[in-house]
Amino acid sequence: MITLPRWDKKANFKYYLLSFLTLLFSWEVLALLLRNPALPPPLLALQQFVKILPATLWKHILISTYRVLISLGLGLILAVPLGLFLSRKENLDRFLAPLVYLLYPVPKIALLPVIIAIFNIGEISKIFTITLVIFFQIFVTTRDAARKVSQYSIYSVLSLGASMKDIYRHVIIPSCLPDIFTAIRISLGTAIAVLFFAESFATLQGLGYFIMEAWSRFYYPDVFAGILGISILGFCLFLLVDLVQRFVCPWLFI
Amino acid sequence: MKAIISLHNVDLVYQNDNSQVEALHNINLELVKGKSYAIIGPSGCGKTSLLFLMAGLLKPTRGEVCLFQKRLERPHPKTALILQDYGLLPWKTVWDNVALGLQIRGVNKHEQKKALMPILEELGLLECVERYPSQLSGGQKQRVALARALALKPEILLMDEPLSALDALTRENLQDLILRLWQSRRITFVLVTHSIEEAVYLGQEIIILSPRPGEIRRVISNPYMGSENYRHDYHFHQKCSEIRMILEAGKKRDHIAQVG
Repeated sequence: MITLPRWDKKANFKYYLLSFLTLLFSWEVLALLLRNPALPPPLLALQQFVKILPATLWKHILISTYRVLISLGLGLILAVPLGLFLSRKENLDRFLAPLVYLLYPVPKIALLPVIIAIFNIGEISKIFTITLVIFFQIFVTTRDAARKVSQYSIYSVLSLGASMKDIYRHVIIPSCLPDIFTAIRISLGTAIAVLFFAESFATLQGLGYFIMEAWSRFYYPDVFAGILGISILGFCLFLLVDLVQRFVCPWLFI
Repeated sequence: MKAIISLHNVDLVYQNDNSQVEALHNINLELVKGKSYAIIGPSGCGKTSLLFLMAGLLKPTRGEVCLFQKRLERPHPKTALILQDYGLLPWKTVWDNVALGLQIRGVNKHEQKKALMPILEELGLLECVERYPSQLSGGQKQRVALARALALKPEILLMDEPLSALDALTRENLQDLILRLWQSRRITFVLVTHSIEEAVYLGQEIIILSPRPGEIRRVISNPYMGSENYRHDYHFHQKCSEIRMILEAGKKRDHIAQVG
């Protein structure tokens, strides 16, 4: 079983602060060494971030958050049940696995023109692209997690008179949850990376658009304010996933 | 007396991709209600498979397994099974683990509580109902598994090497506990073990299996089982040596068969 460190708010805060300061310090040193406007020092970027947040940036952060969360939710709704189901259906999996392995490595971003041709340039095409990329990560992780559930746990619950529904509810799903949370964390990183690309054309909203637009003006403080926006967005979402996991999988945090 | 569990001409063959392994061969057994049975034999003799057949988790390749004079097709609600690794779910607290069988059978929370409190008290588990299995000692885990099985008020309790992972003292304490539970409830007990002492301490009838494929070598009566201080009794030690001699004779015979 996985053991995770105890939840200690004070210690957590201390280490979060320490790693934040380490990052700022490295950035400062690199900016001093480079002396290039393309890498403004952290203080300048932070100042710019605080300055434009209430005016324009917050809208872009909000729309990007919305796109990531919807895509992640859709990816989970589609991939988790399919993974759980196929893990117990050997023949169906034999047929579908090669299909998945053929489609998984296809660079879905390269399909963006096709996706836009189908769904137009609106929200759906962006959400579809992100969902398509993370679907495979979540599906493969969930299916493999469900496959390694110990046959003994299943036997012991079957002997209590359990139906297949009970086995899913009491054995397979809870035993896959830690791996599903890992898949969520990995997909979150991927989703944000894909988001940036999906937002870099055919839209006037989102952090991807904001950064590319600032870049086209060669206004680097804005570029870095946008980058800060993305990393804060990611940071908050990762924290949220941790919190949800503590709530959903309490047995991992004892 | 009518048999509560009976096996007629049972063979069990495991079918792998291109090989067959015969785990059990021509097993005929009649187990009587309320008695306790110990199944003993060398490792790999199909003891666990035999128990799984009785639990309805495996189907025989040939012959039939009957419970209450009816052919067994799936786990029977009057049997409970305790596995070697206790079969506790790490994501459920002690309480939820013990209540699982009742929950699956649709018993409501109030009734669950009424049924579980006396059992948890009897097994000394009241203080740890909110803990998770990873926070328990081996002996406590074993008692949780017993509580979960007893909560279903079974008529047959099947146990697969339930005490093999425990240290000697905890093991003896739990053997005493199992003996008390059997004496107070008169459930039919079937216990698989590789320990001769455990088989003699807990089995009224001792079923000795031969290795690969498992066949019944002998069934030995153990009339003094359950008597006061049996572990320190002359009859206990005599019975242990009797079983040991049968097992060793079997080993020698197999060795000669292999060499010759």
